[in-house]
Amino acid sequence: MIEIKHLSKTFQMKDGAVNALHDINLTIPDGSIYGIIGMSGAGKSTLVRCINLLERPTEGSVVIDGTAMETLSAAQLRERRRDITMIFQQFNLLMQRSCLKNICFPMELAGVKKADAEKRAKELLDVVGLPDKANAYPAQLSGGQKQRIAIARALATDPKVLLCDEATSALDPNTTHAILTLIKDINKKLGITVVVITHQMSVVEEICDQVAILDGGVVVEQGAVAEIFSNPKTAAAKRLVAPNGGSAARDLSSFAPDDHVVRVTFNGSSTAKPLVASLAAEKGILVSVLSADTRDLNGQCYGSMLLKLPADVEQAKQAAAYMRGQPGVTVEEVTGE
Amino acid sequence: MSIADYGFAIWETFYVTALSTAFALVLGLPLGVLLVAGDKDGVLPLPSWLMHILNIVINILRSVPFLILMICVFPLTRAIVGTTVGTKATIVPLVVAAFPFVARLVETSLRELDEGVVEAAQSMGATPFQIITKVMIPECLPGLISSMTTALTTILGYSAMSGVIGGGGLGKIALSYGYYRYQTDIMIVCVVLLVLMVQVFQSVGTWWANKSDKRLRK
Repeated sequence: MIEIKHLSKTFQMKDGAVNALHDINLTIPDGSIYGIIGMSGAGKSTLVRCINLLERPTEGSVVIDGTAMETLSAAQLRERRRDITMIFQQFNLLMQRSCLKNICFPMELAGVKKADAEKRAKELLDVVGLPDKANAYPAQLSGGQKQRIAIARALATDPKVLLCDEATSALDPNTTHAILTLIKDINKKLGITVVVITHQMSVVEEICDQVAILDGGVVVEQGAVAEIFSNPKTAAAKRLVAPNGGSAARDLSSFAPDDHVVRVTFNGSSTAKPLVASLAAEKGILVSVLSADTRDLNGQCYGSMLLKLPADVEQAKQAAAYMRGQPGVTVEEVTGE
Repeated sequence: MSIADYGFAIWETFYVTALSTAFALVLGLPLGVLLVAGDKDGVLPLPSWLMHILNIVINILRSVPFLILMICVFPLTRAIVGTTVGTKATIVPLVVAAFPFVARLVETSLRELDEGVVEAAQSMGATPFQIITKVMIPECLPGLISSMTTALTTILGYSAMSGVIGGGGLGKIALSYGYYRYQTDIMIVCVVLLVLMVQVFQSVGTWWANKSDKRLRK
């Protein structure tokens, strides 16, 4: 179990102190996949580096399985880091070593015999699905393959915790999905606790059990993923759940001045009832969708749509009133220039 | 001047250059590593006053003209070699002149390493010494080989100057026959031979650096 207690981190810069993290309190249960999500600059990378003490917290404590990390001596800390390994956005492989030797590297550091290390490395190449790349060099691999080698390297010392620092941010969507599937597999099979740092909601949605939302160096919300997503309370959470600030982006100048346009915002309304279709079926009023940016979270809809209502004022009023009457839906007029 | 005389001169130049480069590397490599690792953000931060002193000493040694440096280190040369004249005696001033230069070259090569790789090694529990020997130097090896080639060719040029204090080699022949006795043809032959030596060293160095660079394998 990882317990982060009242953790703060302040960087001393030339032009004053920067408060990167402020009074963070998190508990990451064993065997879970825990997401830490936030926009760039929210402090997520600093937070994950505080877990293995690549960054030393200014205040507070990181307790892993009962040991307060900041109390360890340099040698004890190095020993402990074999249990808490890390993968990176830029993979950080040794470019002058073959894949096999890259995977052997942490074992070499720990003093494992060469023959044993190579045997284990070969097993790990199988685990990550690249058994034929033992003698290839990182420069010969694609991004996804590099991250697989990095994962194999991170597993070499049988860690208890795997920290993923934006591990899929440099990969395309298909590769991201494949890498996330691999991480989930590893979590299931080996019971390794995984901490996922990301700015992508889709990553959290896909693999995390629990999530903490970091905004401006503060945890603004934390809990089960389904719960946070279906009921985001804070502005930061809503921004992440419904990107573009919940407003479907559309160049307003493209509307004709007499168009009657409304923005319909869904805040956890049921997706079981199709709003636009039921408006047509029940009231006989036809509206057109100009743009929509919504997402479905456990049967609840978040996001917004821009709808063009009929030119007829009476019909438009009726349509707006009908939609306002639906739970979790707000309707606001959008006026052109 | 017979062919054998030229042959011996080439050998003398080669051996002075190679030995001086080797000794300069022995001193310059650790010093260059220290300049990078001892930085406040390095893997083995040293007190900043110490880093200041190191930098100042290196800059002073690098700014003294080689001709003057040769004479300045006479006491050191006498203490180590027992004499201040002759081919062996030129190795001492060559090393003194070259090791700060090598240290700077090593420093420049090592600074090209991506910090993320060092961070990754730290996250795996590597000691500072392991990071230096297993990450920094091996990862920068192609750059270091190129730097050493530069050092070798520069030292070759310096070694030709050491004819002034009685050092042997092509430089001495060029100076004593070509310059003092107006035998321009001999001087030209020596210069051509020196140019050829530089060409050979540079080609071998470049080939080796490329061959060792696994990033270039496609």
